[in-house]
Amino acid sequence: MAMLTFEKKYRVPGGTLLGGDLFDYWVGPFYVGFFGVTAAFFSILGTALIIYGASQGTTWNIWQINIVPPDVSYGLGFAPLAKGGLWQVITICALGAFVSWALREVEISRKLGIGLHVPFAFSFAIFAYFSLEVIRPILMGAWGVAFPYGIMSHLDWVSNTGYQYLNFEYNPAHMIAVTLFFTTTFALALHGSLVLSALNPAQGEDVKTAEHEDTFFRDFIGYSIGTLGIHRLGLFLALAAVFFSAVCIIISGPFWTAGWPEWWSWWLNMPIWSGAH
Amino acid sequence: MTEYQNIFTRVQIRGPLHAGPPVSGSIFQREGKPFYSYLMGIIGNAQVGPLYLGSLGVASLISGFIAIEIIGLNMWASVGWNPILFIRDLPWLALEPPAPANGLRIPPLNQGGWWLMAGFFLTAAMVLWFFRMYRRARQLGLGTHMAWAWGAAIWLYFVLGFLRPLLMGSWGEAPPFGIFPHLDWTVSFSLRYGNLYYDPFHMLSIVFLYGSVLLFAMHAATILAVSRFGGEKEVEQSVDRGTASERAALFWRWTMGFNATMESIHRWAWWFAVLTPLTGGIGILLTGTVTDNWFLWAVKHGVAPHYAPIYSHAVDPATLQGGKP
Repeated sequence: MAMLTFEKKYRVPGGTLLGGDLFDYWVGPFYVGFFGVTAAFFSILGTALIIYGASQGTTWNIWQINIVPPDVSYGLGFAPLAKGGLWQVITICALGAFVSWALREVEISRKLGIGLHVPFAFSFAIFAYFSLEVIRPILMGAWGVAFPYGIMSHLDWVSNTGYQYLNFEYNPAHMIAVTLFFTTTFALALHGSLVLSALNPAQGEDVKTAEHEDTFFRDFIGYSIGTLGIHRLGLFLALAAVFFSAVCIIISGPFWTAGWPEWWSWWLNMPIWSGAH
Repeated sequence: MTEYQNIFTRVQIRGPLHAGPPVSGSIFQREGKPFYSYLMGIIGNAQVGPLYLGSLGVASLISGFIAIEIIGLNMWASVGWNPILFIRDLPWLALEPPAPANGLRIPPLNQGGWWLMAGFFLTAAMVLWFFRMYRRARQLGLGTHMAWAWGAAIWLYFVLGFLRPLLMGSWGEAPPFGIFPHLDWTVSFSLRYGNLYYDPFHMLSIVFLYGSVLLFAMHAATILAVSRFGGEKEVEQSVDRGTASERAALFWRWTMGFNATMESIHRWAWWFAVLTPLTGGIGILLTGTVTDNWFLWAVKHGVAPHYAPIYSHAVDPATLQGGKP
């Protein structure tokens, strides 16, 4: 039955968004629900299509398998399966699976009587994917500018797309996103360390409390955000990192076509510097 | 539908301020009188202060201040001490390491000597900060996990600024200080060694970086979701599991068939965050010392496809590099 000792009392009916009690059951540890069925449908179909696409390609090398979007000459139209159509169907499957997953998380949250923070957070990841594969291609007029499905090929896409703007690290939204990625990881290290250090004190010491955690951080930097606050801060940092990642790629192409280093000339051209020479 | 999701603290409580347990075995005491900040109280604890500086804290801050001063004054000097140009050009200004021809010698101050000195004081500040973290934790009877996590960050900085230049035989291999200049260095470094995307340790570092952000989003969202049951009391929930812990665990078990525990999620967090600079440092250390071109490395090992040459034969830039002994 794959149940934890305390699990049985939590396995109650209800909380579903769609389908009433039709799919309101578990398979092993997994909750099913209507959106579990759609998530399974989209992910199995999508994975099968990726494997089929690989079989039509030139290699079974896991690093080099590559399923490309249609050539830009197809614009925003449908392409034949072998010429990017497969990529289009896989993209629809991926979005179907991601949205199903988020809605399934909503159902599980409702069943457990907890907040909806996790599906809300996951929706930012879906938005980032949607930005790369749908919003930016639509703004630029071709599915061909979306990234391909493949381990090395998607890295090549990132590299090539970056160099189309000369040096992508000068993209201001990219700067903010990278800073947030590093800051989130830094904050995660601090949070993980602090909790572990309270739970695993020096030899012979008792487990410490939140008061010790607060005192440590006040001694350390003069402020402790507290046990609740760190999770608000962490969620904000992580979601902002994902949001600005989406922004940095949406503005590249649709709203800025030159090299990103050039973008900064507005700063040098401000009239306030006139007294400098 | 519109339920309270605990994004902000709605009612702030004002009790006596916490001074913390007395500091023992030190000539220094905590500095500053703690006070309440309403704005801070909206997202976290309202209490600000006190702060413990101590001898290590003071030494670390002085070292850091010297490093920042050396960098800032060198940048200012580079625009002829013009204050307006300094502000206008600040993002482009740099304190560059010695030229490759200097090798590992100590050059005159204005030819990279200042760079060496700034690097020394910045490293000293970081190492002193490590000991400060370690000692603060021990004096409160806590574990030293945070100091070791900080050590992983020192490792990456140490590799970039010291260890790799040492192995390459030239301080000129190290990145400059400066906002845009260090970005330029990063891009040139990647291009010079055949694109860092093909560096397997760079791949791992990115995986752990993104993984850390994913983990923090998952963990923070889970804790906020069960905060109506007191889930943010993580230490208490770890030693005496409550319904918040159980619901948090079941959420992930039902979603993806697997769950961490209230304690183990912080071990996942610690390792993901620590492995980001740890693997990143290994990736940098191998670049140029062991591997000269990550793309060719990837082709050789079947990771990247081999493309038929369409241009005439290119000269390996390594054979043109003046700085290599």
